[in-house]
Amino acid sequence: MHPCCGDGLFHVPEIEALLAHASWVRDEHRSAAMLSRTALFVPTCTQVRGMATLKEIRNRLKSVKNVQKITQSMKMVSAAKYARAERELKPSRPYGTGAAAFYDKVDIEQDREKPRHLLVTIGSDRGLCGAMNSNINKLLKNYVKDNADKEIKFVTLGDKARQALYKTHSEYFMMTYSNFGRQPATFSDAAEVAEAVINSGYEFDVGEIYFNEFKSVVSYNLRPLPLHSLESVSEADSLAVYDSLDAEVIRSYQEYQLASVLYACMKETNCSEHSARMTAMDSATKNAGEMIDTLTMQFNRKRQAEITKELIDIVVGAQAQDE
Amino acid sequence: MASLVSRVPRLLQAVGRTLAVQATRSYADAAGPVGMSFTFGSPAAAFYNAATNVRQVDVPTFSGDIGILPSHVPTLAVLKPGKLTVYEDDATVNQFVVSSGSVTVNEDSSVQILAEEACRLEDIDPQLARSGLEKAQQQLSAAGTDAERTEAQVALEFHEQVVKALE
Repeated sequence: MHPCCGDGLFHVPEIEALLAHASWVRDEHRSAAMLSRTALFVPTCTQVRGMATLKEIRNRLKSVKNVQKITQSMKMVSAAKYARAERELKPSRPYGTGAAAFYDKVDIEQDREKPRHLLVTIGSDRGLCGAMNSNINKLLKNYVKDNADKEIKFVTLGDKARQALYKTHSEYFMMTYSNFGRQPATFSDAAEVAEAVINSGYEFDVGEIYFNEFKSVVSYNLRPLPLHSLESVSEADSLAVYDSLDAEVIRSYQEYQLASVLYACMKETNCSEHSARMTAMDSATKNAGEMIDTLTMQFNRKRQAEITKELIDIVVGAQAQDE
Repeated sequence: MASLVSRVPRLLQAVGRTLAVQATRSYADAAGPVGMSFTFGSPAAAFYNAATNVRQVDVPTFSGDIGILPSHVPTLAVLKPGKLTVYEDDATVNQFVVSSGSVTVNEDSSVQILAEEACRLEDIDPQLARSGLEKAQQQLSAAGTDAERTEAQVALEFHEQVVKALE
């Protein structure tokens, strides 16, 4: 980009640098150049106006091209994983709805004023997947702030939550699972988490599962699902409608439902993660492409300017010889 | 009891050839709340999703084998490994083998059966089922700790049911 001085002529900076040697031009140009430069950083190279050397542009071009290759391959990998995750989401959605249906019908109220809270959040291990994990981290931070008088415990799936929050909120972490998101979630994973939550011995009054529900390729929603403790289910009024229940059946039922609900949430999170990463890498690739175009233009102009400069040297030298 | 549910490995993958996924959809039931809204699936496959063309379901549970018709009294039950039969309105009978899970009958006559693993009876290879049964018997005799023994017993019971269902 060549800056245009007030006289409306198109100036080539290198030629101006040469002309500046002529004393009658020097002071005006230099003062103008200095005025315009005080606002910018002072370049270390001898070229004028903060424009990089040919070598720097070439290096930059090379690194942006590499970045584009990387983001493109990440996009393809994510697209493949997303296709698989979406396929596996299809049967697990009715499964999850079926599992949660009982709790909807029984309509157990969660009294948020009760002291002991449990939050299960499902995120991912790796980043570059949009706002998924930062939404969860923000939510956890705000939850702790808003409920400072309650006892809160987290169970986080996915390393990102732990990385962001463990230093400052370590007393809230009950359990954290890593290595989540690389492979598609299985029912045994969900069963493992459910078992750990139940066997932890933490008797919570209010529980919630937070996960990113997959809406479409470009959108996902952070959503809570209620997590009921055994006590609140057993004591629910509407439970009396159900025939021939004993404590054993309720307990087994509750454990299985928890695993089922967790499984459905994990599947949704997988799908959201891969679709988010796919779109993020796609736009990164496009941006890199645009940067490459701009840099290539810059590079070519620079290269041509240098050629012109050399030609001028030669012509001026030849002319001086003739005289 | 339910902690066993989590430990049973993919038993059905050993006996099933292919898992045919068929979510049966039906027209809305104009008669209203008389029919039951039937959901039956496993994590890997949804066989019925709020289907309204189901007349009766025979379910093996730990509290006995129950037959569920519309307007069944609300109840919860734990699914036992065995054969599950679905009778549809048009007299089609679909038989499945399930491993374990939960059964819910709600007040509004909606039924949700969630099985950890389930597949159609037709998809089970009798040969694999029998060899699985033998392997489970060997496992039981070789079991050392309590946990191993319980796992082996679960596997054995499951395979016994599968073989019985095939007959």
